[in-house]
Amino acid sequence: MMTYQRRTKDELAERVARDIFDGAYVNLGIGQPTLVANHIPAGMEVVLHSENGILGMGPAPASEDEDFDLINAGKQPVTLLAGGAFFHHADSFSMMRGGHLDICVLGAFQVSATGDLANWSTGEPGSIPAVGGAMDLAIGAKQTWVMMDLLTKKGESKVVKECSYPLTGIGCVKRIYSDLATLECGPQGLKLIDKVDGLDLNHLQQLIGLPVSE
Amino acid sequence: MTQNVPMINKISNSIAEALSQVRDGATVLIGGFGTAGIPNELIDGLIEQGARDLTVVNNNAGNGDTGLAALLKTGRVRKIICSFPRQADSFVFDELYRTGKIELELVPQGNLAERLRAAGAGVGAFFTPTGFGTELAKNADGSDKETRVINGKPYVLEFPIYGDVALIKAETGDRWGNLVYRKAARNFGPVMATAAKFTVATVHNIVELGTMDPESIVTPGIHVSKIVKIEHVATQAGGFKKAA
Repeated sequence: MMTYQRRTKDELAERVARDIFDGAYVNLGIGQPTLVANHIPAGMEVVLHSENGILGMGPAPASEDEDFDLINAGKQPVTLLAGGAFFHHADSFSMMRGGHLDICVLGAFQVSATGDLANWSTGEPGSIPAVGGAMDLAIGAKQTWVMMDLLTKKGESKVVKECSYPLTGIGCVKRIYSDLATLECGPQGLKLIDKVDGLDLNHLQQLIGLPVSE
Repeated sequence: MTQNVPMINKISNSIAEALSQVRDGATVLIGGFGTAGIPNELIDGLIEQGARDLTVVNNNAGNGDTGLAALLKTGRVRKIICSFPRQADSFVFDELYRTGKIELELVPQGNLAERLRAAGAGVGAFFTPTGFGTELAKNADGSDKETRVINGKPYVLEFPIYGDVALIKAETGDRWGNLVYRKAARNFGPVMATAAKFTVATVHNIVELGTMDPESIVTPGIHVSKIVKIEHVATQAGGFKKAA
């Protein structure tokens, strides 16, 4: 009988943070990826980018110090670290599109084995579409990482052969950090980086429904 | 004795005066992202001014029932071009969209910024990797946008967004129209200022010519038509507590 524990959201954020290197320029997407900032090891300098024109973004301020001219992409108040800079939107997205960011961490609805990403729309009829910076982020950074639960609430794999939800970008995801395993994706399909204790590879492949090479 | 009158004076005494030239059918670029950089006073002024059949370009599509949402509510906006219309409190837009009373052109945020930049920079069109292979690489009629593979990488052809008017919020200006912004309130302001034929900026401070550090001016006055001084006020934009 196999027993294993899913990574908690914080454990997952800690796992992602472990792969971020000193001196990296990083964009953390809205939602779960924001947690990664809390786990960057002390003594390491990582420069956080926010799409609305900030490099060197710092943590949330105390409520009395909130400044609503200084917000992140999720529109929450943040701070600016010493050495930080402001710039306009076209420059901010040039930074992404131009491949100047080292790492971008995003949430996802689905990721294909070859690295296609679907994270902006469920394609539900009647829903109001909204894309924001998702498509720019997906294809812009040197490395795009996805952080998500491996399975939906219904138990279906979010890592798929082909995305059924509308695409955000093609072949853009390099790594998937999930609550059960860390996977590399690309033209050759999925490759295992690590998995939680007690979960064997066969079972992981069954959950995903796709081959995972070691 | 002749009076020494400055040749260039872009300082406007009132928002009404600054906006008097906005015509029906205009494309209006409105700065701001979240609570930062939204020119609320100019949007209120535009509502009062009464121009209709407008196309509005903004990152979002209004929050609550003030500012841009209030403008949409007047029914004078025919079309909105934005990246992120759906918000927790975008009920005014949601209703107009669901009842077919407003046209939406959804644009990835970086393409939106670059299309504005292209308009201001005289670029006829540009190839961008963003959106390739997605639903947003289609035209309004459902046909595919032009694509091209350059050095092995696929791109989509995107065209500029030209504004008739830009309404932006800055922090400090002078009578030549030079501007600096405050923190992340800069966002779309500088590119929108370049992309419109007529740019109106609100500022909190107007200073004497020569006072602003020439090395630090963000928007040179050539891109600005009028500046209007407004007071610092706490607002409720976006459902947040206050804005500087």
